[in-house]
Amino acid sequence: MMASGENTLPIIEIQQLKKRFGTITALDGIDLHIYPGEIFGLIGPDGAGKTTLIRILCTLLLPDAGRVQLLQHDVVHDVQSIRRFLGYMPQRFSLYPDLTVEQNLNFFADLFQVPPSIRQQRIQQLYHFSRLEPFKNRPTRALSGGMKQKLALSCAMIHTPKILILDEPTTGVDPLSRQEFWHILHQIREGGTTVLVSTPYMEEADQCDRVGLMYRGKLIVVDTPQRVRQRFPYPLYRVWGQDTYALREFFQNLETVHSVHLFGDALHVAFTQPPVPSDWKHWQLTSHQQIIRWQPIEASVEDVFLEMMEAHS
Amino acid sequence: MNQRKPAIVAEHLTRRFGTFLAVDRVSFRVYEGEIFGFLGANGAGKTTVIRMLCGLLAPSDGNAWTAGFNVRTQVEQIKQHIGYMSQKFSLYEDLTVRENLAFYGGLYHLRRDQIQQKKQQLFQQLELAAFETTLARDLPLGFKQRLALSCALLHDPPVLFLDEPTSGVDPRARRDFWGLIQSLARSGKTIFVTTHFMEEAEYCHRVAIMHEGKIVAMDTPETLKARSRKSSMQQVFVSLIQQQLTES
Repeated sequence: MMASGENTLPIIEIQQLKKRFGTITALDGIDLHIYPGEIFGLIGPDGAGKTTLIRILCTLLLPDAGRVQLLQHDVVHDVQSIRRFLGYMPQRFSLYPDLTVEQNLNFFADLFQVPPSIRQQRIQQLYHFSRLEPFKNRPTRALSGGMKQKLALSCAMIHTPKILILDEPTTGVDPLSRQEFWHILHQIREGGTTVLVSTPYMEEADQCDRVGLMYRGKLIVVDTPQRVRQRFPYPLYRVWGQDTYALREFFQNLETVHSVHLFGDALHVAFTQPPVPSDWKHWQLTSHQQIIRWQPIEASVEDVFLEMMEAHS
Repeated sequence: MNQRKPAIVAEHLTRRFGTFLAVDRVSFRVYEGEIFGFLGANGAGKTTVIRMLCGLLAPSDGNAWTAGFNVRTQVEQIKQHIGYMSQKFSLYEDLTVRENLAFYGGLYHLRRDQIQQKKQQLFQQLELAAFETTLARDLPLGFKQRLALSCALLHDPPVLFLDEPTSGVDPRARRDFWGLIQSLARSGKTIFVTTHFMEEAEYCHRVAIMHEGKIVAMDTPETLKARSRKSSMQQVFVSLIQQQLTES
């Protein structure tokens, strides 16, 4: 984990940020500090406001109210200077399909005025983590989805930005490619770049130093993934049954049950008070031996999200 | 799943595009009332298999039957007996919920009273009634997803194909959706689903994992996890594909 204490100055500072589109409140008073060297994850479903927040940070959209600064530069007034130290990979990235891998890199190097003296060295560094060098003469249109994504990331990194912002880079990508992509983001962070990344996959929280859970234009929790999980206030059990569906109804009707959710082949049951062994014995009887086994578990980020979501709606 | 009657049968199903072998002698059976998860990397051949099973693409070799109909010779019957819903819900954004259903009912040559009857049932099951006169584009994403599911179920198909049905919806909507899918399976419908959310793979009775046109593993999530000594399908998937990549 990188330094992210109270005594470090934030590299991104957001205060009371608001944005509306017509009658829709996209951002409803966001306060957030991101510190140098962090990987910060913005986690939430579609429509939570992740992309709006990212677009404002990238100077592509003006806020209605509030203040946003990147490295003490204001997103409204210092657009040109921000773009020099910011790398941005949008959800739908644009590469030139008819250019080769290396031509795309050179094109973006021109755009961002990377001096010719260091350009080749930079491209080599980017090949090192993208492993795209063997394909450098291949036209971009002939690359696989995963390779295109790595090339888009390399283009966003060509000017060695101090801050890298990525909007849902892993959406619709298979689990193995997703894991590789996170590995690259960790390498980028090791190189000193601060990373802000959004994702709809709750399990990716663990790849980040800190996360912000976003829902309906608000940040409902900001903390380390571990402390987010510890916020779950109820004893939680994973319960396997003969018939998960029937078992869910059984638990829903118990007084000491706070919530029951399907979770894959089992149920996640949160209790208002910790169950004791005699409780389980009793439930075994009253459910007609529906329960196969149970085990206390640590809440996942998704459990916390569900809980906070319900508190906010 | 007691009588084990197959709803989908694929036998050495193969598809080439030019010299590229997209699907390579894939064989499996999906049984009535089963939720069958179809996993794999982007480009592994999943979509090509689905398109062949739906009668949209002819196999180069091998054969398959969906809902008892042959994918080569009985394409029209297949279309009447399957429902299909994809991540990009094909809804008419400027039509209301009711109008979307009427439109899809028309596509399937349903009579007005049939549509009406089915609509009532689906509205109750999917809790859509409050949105009957809402434009599709104004629906919250979770309800858009339910409307898309309703359109796919309107003609009461025995087999339902779901292509990444829950991309982007919030975790509660996703859980609710899977609750619905489980009750559909309990009522006897066969569900064939693709997803990149490995947690969702755990809702399936069985899963198949595809890699470079072949099925490299097929079993219950519980068995797959036990066999590779992993605690989640996410880890099972990553280790299986990595193993394939080192072997090739």
